[in-house]
Formats: sequence, structure tokens, C-alpha cells
Amino acid sequence: MSADGAQAGLEPLSALKVGGANASVVPFLAIFALAAAVPFIGNDYWVLIATRAAVYWVLVSGLTLVIGYAGQLAIGYVALLTLGAYVTSVLAAGNVLPPIPVFAALALAGLVGAVAGVIVGLPALRLRTFYFAMTTLGFATIVTQIALAWQSVTGGGIGLSGPEMPAPFNTTRGFFFFCLAAAAMCTWMSSNIAGSRYGRSLVAIRDADVAAEAVGISKPGLLTKVFIFCGALAGIAGGLFASLQTYITPDAFTFDLSLLFFISILIGGRGSILGPLIGTIVLTLLPEIAAPLAAWSAFLYAAMLLAVVLLIPGGIAALLDFKSRAPLETGRTIAPRLDMLSALAPAVGNQETLSVRDVVLTFGAVRAIDGASLDVASGQIHGLIGPNGSGKTTILNVISGFYAPNSGDVQLGGVPLEAGDPVTRTRHGIARTFQTPRIVGEACVLDNVMLGGTINGRAGFFATLLSLPGSFRDERMFRSQALAALACVGLDGLADVRADRLQHSELRFVEIARALMSRPKLLLLDEPAAGLSVHEIVHLGQLVKAIAANGAAVLLVEHHADLIFGICAHVTVLNLGRVLAEGTPDQIRVNKEVVSAYLGG
Amino acid sequence: MLTSIISTGLAMGAIYALIGITYNTMYSTSRVMSFTAGQLGMLGGVFGALFILRFGINSVVGFGLTMMVCAFIGVVTELVAVRPVLKSIEQHLYVLSTLALALMISQVVAIEWSTEPQAFPRFFGTAAALIDEKFWFPVAACAATVIGLEVLYKHTLTGRAFKAVAEDNLAAQALGLPERNLRIASYALAAMIGGLAGFSGGSLLLAFVANGGLLNFYGFVPVALGGLGNNRGAIVGGFGLGLFQQAASFLVGGIFASVAVFSLFIIVLLIAPQGLFGAPQSRRV
Repeated sequence: MSADGAQAGLEPLSALKVGGANASVVPFLAIFALAAAVPFIGNDYWVLIATRAAVYWVLVSGLTLVIGYAGQLAIGYVALLTLGAYVTSVLAAGNVLPPIPVFAALALAGLVGAVAGVIVGLPALRLRTFYFAMTTLGFATIVTQIALAWQSVTGGGIGLSGPEMPAPFNTTRGFFFFCLAAAAMCTWMSSNIAGSRYGRSLVAIRDADVAAEAVGISKPGLLTKVFIFCGALAGIAGGLFASLQTYITPDAFTFDLSLLFFISILIGGRGSILGPLIGTIVLTLLPEIAAPLAAWSAFLYAAMLLAVVLLIPGGIAALLDFKSRAPLETGRTIAPRLDMLSALAPAVGNQETLSVRDVVLTFGAVRAIDGASLDVASGQIHGLIGPNGSGKTTILNVISGFYAPNSGDVQLGGVPLEAGDPVTRTRHGIARTFQTPRIVGEACVLDNVMLGGTINGRAGFFATLLSLPGSFRDERMFRSQALAALACVGLDGLADVRADRLQHSELRFVEIARALMSRPKLLLLDEPAAGLSVHEIVHLGQLVKAIAANGAAVLLVEHHADLIFGICAHVTVLNLGRVLAEGTPDQIRVNKEVVSAYLGG
Repeated sequence: MLTSIISTGLAMGAIYALIGITYNTMYSTSRVMSFTAGQLGMLGGVFGALFILRFGINSVVGFGLTMMVCAFIGVVTELVAVRPVLKSIEQHLYVLSTLALALMISQVVAIEWSTEPQAFPRFFGTAAALIDEKFWFPVAACAATVIGLEVLYKHTLTGRAFKAVAEDNLAAQALGLPERNLRIASYALAAMIGGLAGFSGGSLLLAFVANGGLLNFYGFVPVALGGLGNNRGAIVGGFGLGLFQQAASFLVGGIFASVAVFSLFIIVLLIAPQGLFGAPQSRRV
């Protein structure tokens, strides 16, 4: 028991250090300590229930990354549990191949689960939410049907024996402690991922996918890794489940189980490990405590789901988030600290010029950009103005890869940029902000800013999973840089505040801080002054000037004439997708065509 | 054998197509895909059997009552699971709220009705017909629905208002159309179409709680393949699915037919995520 307690104690410590979503160790320790005490205070029946909760948690701890963090509504995960259960049982019993040891069978079940996890997850890379939910549901039906039909291997409806664990895990208590240790281990691994750049990227894919692409997060690559991890855990959980049941038939894997997993996470709360853990325990206990309601358990789960969705979309985790209920200071001001910028200067010797040549982009019959060209030199602020619909943001989207132009090319420092591939832009040293701030509202400001440095992380998924030293180095680097970036834009006092509690103007500065994290050679700002007060615009102007003076090229799309004429060295005026005029602010101010395009005539 | 494949395939196809139209009708006014679509198909069968067989009510009256109950459930769906989450449609909360409602419906039926398939009454009596009603009734119901919707959308003011809301919700509101009432009406209408699918297919599918989940999936396949909100696609897709499924189950057996349908569905969607007749995705940035 003591060994187990120690294991349970290890895991949240690292979560704490990396500043994960569950910054507190205490609740995890308490839960696992309480669980470890069950055999000493309850009878074998309760030990079995506790074992079941632990086995479920092995699966749910992985699934919470898919559903809670990445927001992929995988409903039919019982399919992977089924698969793992049958693989372990069949291999351990040896009714196809010669029997192999249970632990080897469990490992293979994890492997099969990982492969199946990717296959089930594949549609999520391309399909919309509802479609993905449906396909996982379909997959669950099919796995059960195959288990029923493939009698020679699975025993069909009659079923087969679950694997028997070797000593000392072959007793009720022994098996319980084995499962509890596995559960603690899974908690630790999931917390490691959740608190790392991978966890932040998953949440970004869920809540701000466009921003995620702009900071270089590749959704397919990231989701595939998570599906592998989650599938492996589900496969192993299946093996443990089969051992717990001692005998399995397709009937053991009802859709109610899928529901239990799915709803535990949603009741627990998105973007949390602790919440779903509590959810899993509550849902496992519920039918035991309220025995007369056992037949109605699925109905209860569903009713709880509806209640959570309608009343507390944040789940248990939101209820426990006391910090976000304390009122914020009112009358906050944004005071950028320009001296801090040198810490985030682009790579030395940045002399790279952005050049946009003869770009044409059509939407149907509309020529949104009709042969526009412009150059932005390093250290220069280039203003891009024009009436609504003249193609300013569209050009920004071509440069940042969200649109592929029909013709023309875009180069940075002589290197052509991949058309229509936004994920590549950070690597070229390009960062941007958006007309409507794209922020992860449920994450704190610091996490949002740290997102901007994602591609500079060195520790891989596996190293992060096991919390190898590299992942600590990454986190320290991200944290110190993000704090510096926040200080630059003048928001360091709000680092720990949930981003959705900030004012609109503050979010604009958060976006700039996020963009600075990648030390961009080229910064694209899309109407950063929109919605700012006069004072804030002055601060913004100083900040942008300092960023350019630090060596970055800045392309500024803006309607605010004072700001444009105040800080830009060069201005391009667009009208109907064409360059109407270009030159210094003074030349533009007196240009007759510009005046008539703006004032009509 | 061929006759059997075609007659059963067309009948099943008509049921799938009707469920597909149910999805589409709800989607058009709310942009919500509701998990209750398949459950309504199941309820059409269950309530038909309940009213006509168990309560011994006259078939026509029983049909009317079934439609009314389904319409009521459609309205409840809109009020409970759709309206409260429409504000945050970006977060896909509707997937969860409609799923929860669908599960609650299915669980109540399982406990209060039965978990086993129950007999469904013959609607047109036993008079020797050329073809059994279980084969032609769904097809006829599907044809009647298509014609009815065509008349509604093209020739009535309410139908045009539906189309306006489907086309551009905000513009329709700005014109002073009662968007909320139209949405409720569309949910009631959709629910009746779903109920009709289950009622007309009752002799084929029986009054069986598990039909809910099956129809949810197989009714969604034509919608996904045909493109969201595209009724023509749903009808072509529905009949295609019904025939493909029957052919496959005769050729390779029932279970592998489901595997075949599922694989085909995934492959087609991976190649054409918008469906074969769907509109391209809207702009993101």
C-alpha cells in the first residue's frame, strides 16, 4: 500500500511544476489515498467496485485528452475497450496462437488499441464534430457485431474467460492494487501531457483552431499522437476489464459503458484531469449507492449530461475553479514595457524582406485581390489601408497561408512561402494577429501566450509523457519568455487570469504577446487598434514602433488613420483588390485618388 | 433473390431517406444535427404498435395520434435540447444535448415498453395485395413526403418562410419573420416525418427500441453522403444505401454488410468531407 501511495504522490508534483490545469496536488493525493484505504475499511464487494473505477479511469484518463482537451466528441470508445478485452483474453487463453503471459498479452492489447485508436480517430482529422461522433458510434456497433459473429475466436455470444493474473495480483486485493497503480500512473502521464505544450495545443485546436494553425500547430500530427496514447490506454483498460469480469461476452460491453466514459469527462469538465477523475468515480458509484435506480442508470447519466450542458458547461472543474470567481481589479491600464522587448528580438542579422508579387485571388467571380504587390523591409512598419472590402485582410491571409493565391508569389528573404499552408509560417518567422482576437478563453492569459512558442519546444510527445528532463526545460523556457512577452505588452499582472475575463482591448495585446513568443521576423497585425481607447492606441503605436526598431518587419492593416500616418514608414493603399497608391505617409495624405476612394466621388 | 434484394432494399432505402429528411429539416432552420432523428423513427413504430395493437384504437386514428406524439417530441427537442445551446453553436454543445435527449427517450422506451422487438399492426388490412404493404408502404410514404415538402416549400407562404430562414437566418429575422416559431414548426414537421418513417416501416422493422440507434446511423449516412440540408442527396443516398446494404447482406452476410456499409461511409467521407452533393466549407478566417 505504501508503495502505491508513493506512486500516487509522484504524479501531481510534476503537474504542479509544469503549471498544468490542475495546479494542486492535494485533491489527487486525497483521492488515491482514500482509494488505497478501501480494502482496509470495506469488504471485497467494495474493493471490486473500486477496482472497476480504477480500470475505467485508465481508459478515461486518456480519453479526457481527446474529448476534454481536443474537443473531439468520441462517443463510442467502448469499442476500444472491447477490442482490448478480447485481444488480451484470446492471447492469454491461447485459442488462436500458443498462450502467452498475461502481461505480454496486455502490452499487445495496448498496441492493438493504439492502432485502432488511430483508425477510429482518422475521420476526426477531416470531418466535423457531429460526423466524428457518428463514426465512433458506428465503429462501436461494428466491433460488437464482429465479436458476436467471429465465434471461432471470440466464442460468439457464449464468450470466453478473461485472462488470469499471476500472483500476487490474482487475489481481489492484489488485483485492486495493481489497477490502482496503473490508474495512478495514467493520471501522472495524462497530467504531464495536459500541462505541456501538447495540452495547450490540444485546447487551442478545440477553441481557436485558426490561431493554432497560425502558431504552427499541425492538427493531424498532434491528434494522431494523442489517439495513439488514448487508444493504448483503452486497450490495456480492456485487458484489465476482462480480467476483472473473469468471463466476457459481447453483452458485457454495452453502450452504457461508452456513455459512462463520455459523460464522466463532460461532467468533470473540459480541460481538466481532476474533474473527469471525480466524474468517473461518481458515475461508477452511482448505480451502487442507488440500487433501485440501477435499471435507470443510463437515463440518469443522460439526464446528468443534459443538465451539465445546459447549466454548467464547465462541469465539476468549473465549479471547483474558485480563483476565477474573485473579481478582477477595475480600471486596469495597459502599460507596455518596451525595454523588455530586447529579450524577444528576432534572430540576429534579420535583413529579410517580405515581397508580395502580382498576387491574384478570386472567390468565384469576385477578384478579391487583383494583381497586388508590396514589399516590407525588416525594421520597417508598412501600413496597408483601403476601404472595406478592398482586400487588406485577404492579402494578410495569403501571406499567412490561409488562402492560396490563384497566381503570383510571396517570398520572405528570397524564400518562397508555401501557398495555402498556414502551419508552415511560424517556421519562416512569420506571426500574426487577427481582426477578431482568436484566444482560448478557458485557458489563462499566460497559457495563451505560451502557445505562441509551441514549435520551439524540444521535448517530444514521449519525453513529455514520461516527464523527462527536456520537458521541464521547455516549460521553464516557455514560461519565462511568455512572462517577458506579457511584460512587453504591459499585461504581466494578468498572467494567471482566465483569458475570457479580459476586456477586448486587453485581448488585442495578448495576441501581440503571443505573436512575439515566436520572435517573428515578420509580424502581421490585422486592425490591432479596433476597439481600443485613445490612450491604448498611443501605447499600441509605441509598442509597434519598438517591435520594428527591434528588427522585425511589420505589416499593419488598419483603419485608424492617425495611427497609420503616425508610425508607418511606408503605406500601400488598396482599392478593389488593386494597389491604388503607395508611398510615404505624406505622399499618401495628399494623393487625390486616395482621397476620392475614401470619401467617394 | 433479386426481387427480394430490390423490394427490401427499396423499402429500407425509403426509411433511411425519410430519416435523412428528418435530419435535414431540423438542420435547415437551426444548423443543428440532432441525435433524436433516429429515435423518432423508432417512436413511430413503438407508438403505432402501442395505440393500434395494445390500446386497440382504429388504425387511422392511431396513425394520427402517433404523428401528434412525434410532433410533440419534436417541439420538446427544440425547447429542451436545441434552443438553449443555439447561442454557442460553435462549441457543438448541441451534439451533447441532443444525444442526451435521444438517450433519455431510448431508455424510457426500453424500460416502459420493451427491450425486445414487438409486433406492428398491418395498416392497410390483410386483403391480398400484389405486393406486401411492408415493401410499398415506406416507399409510398417517402414519395408522399417528398411531394408534400415540394408543395410546402414552393407554393405556401410558410414554406417560403422556412426556406428564407434556412437560407439566411439573420436576414429572415430582419424581414420580421417569426424565426423562433418557424424553428419550432420545422422541428414538429421533422419529427412527424421521422415518425412516418418508423410507422410506415413498422411491419419491416417492428416496434423495437434498438431501431433508434440503427436509424440514427443509417439515416445519417445518406445525409452525410448527400450533403447537409440537401434532401435530394438524402433521397438518392437513402435508396442507394438500402439497395447496397441488402445486396451486401445477401452476398457476404448481414454482419459483414454492416462492416461494408461502414467502411464505404468512412472512405467516401474522407475523400469528400462535404458529401457528394454538398456545398464547400465556409470561410474560416
